[in-house]
Amino acid sequence: MGVFDFLFGKENKNSAAVAKERLRIIVAQERSARGTPDYLPLMRREILEVIRKYVKVDDDAIAIQVKRDGDQEVLDLTVTLPEKNDAKREARENEKDEA
Amino acid sequence: MTEFIVVTSGKGGVGKTTTSASLAVGLAKRGKKVAVIDFDVGLRNLDLIMGCERRVVYDFVNVIHAECTLKQALIKDKRYETLHVLAASQTRDKEALTREGVERVLNELRDEGFDYVVCDSPAGIEKGAFLAMYFADRAVVVVNPEVSSVRDSDRILGLLASKTRRAEAGGDPVQQHLLLTRYNPTRVATGDMMSVDDVKEILGIDVLGVIPESEGVLAASNAGVPVILDETSSAGQAYEDAIARLLGEDRPMRFLDAPKKGILSRLFGS
Repeated sequence: MGVFDFLFGKENKNSAAVAKERLRIIVAQERSARGTPDYLPLMRREILEVIRKYVKVDDDAIAIQVKRDGDQEVLDLTVTLPEKNDAKREARENEKDEA
Repeated sequence: MTEFIVVTSGKGGVGKTTTSASLAVGLAKRGKKVAVIDFDVGLRNLDLIMGCERRVVYDFVNVIHAECTLKQALIKDKRYETLHVLAASQTRDKEALTREGVERVLNELRDEGFDYVVCDSPAGIEKGAFLAMYFADRAVVVVNPEVSSVRDSDRILGLLASKTRRAEAGGDPVQQHLLLTRYNPTRVATGDMMSVDDVKEILGIDVLGVIPESEGVLAASNAGVPVILDETSSAGQAYEDAIARLLGEDRPMRFLDAPKKGILSRLFGS
């Protein structure tokens, strides 16, 4: 960077650091999805819809992984339910709304 | 023993063919018997980079379809007599390459006593790219220090680890190497380009070489002389180092630092 760039404020944004950070995240994400069946994302969405018929959960409440247990593949499904108090409060609020 | 080396990348235009040509020439220069095959059916270009485009009579697909013998289709290099080029077909038929056909040709090259077969992969992850990597013992993944190239390379690394003969057999995996091309040390120094360490950290495999961006590369392809033969160019010297490393030599990386600027250009910028 020359003196004039310095004086007249041509800033150095260091775009390489931004590139590296973006790549680190997307590559990690794509690697974790690698080798898993293609239907997983769609299945995940449908399961989420079914759960939502009964419980109010966030978009990221479901984690699906295909794990290997010896010769068998196991579909590992974790659903995080909202905390009990939250659920009760919500239910009360819903009742109020309806009343 | 014949070693099958695929030069691949996922993304197009990163320097696969330039690398294949220089790799093949570099190995032949050391007295190895080498065949370099263009897998880019429909978009033949290795012949131009090697400078033998006017001597193509038969091609890879002709051999696969038994329309000629392998010997007839192999073009002998004018510079190194142990170096042979097998051109891609210009047919538009994407199904022209078959796994059985490719395997038969590779086996024949092995039986002919070739030391190395360099497979120049097309861009993408379609059939040509798949077949170029399927039989590989080693992979040279060509990558530019740029986001889309790095991401595509990681996808290719995943395929090398799952969709190859070695992966399916479950024994030793395909040996993977990174080759960074179009590296611009000045831009790395100013923070505008990812460094070799950045790329290595993201992809997590060893670096075979770093080829600096160089005017020599275009000049070499213009002339049909693989850039490794231009000993005055930084790219040619960097390829020479990379091949020495491939053969097990320990060589320090060169051309990683920006050229020192004079006081005037420091003052006035460049």
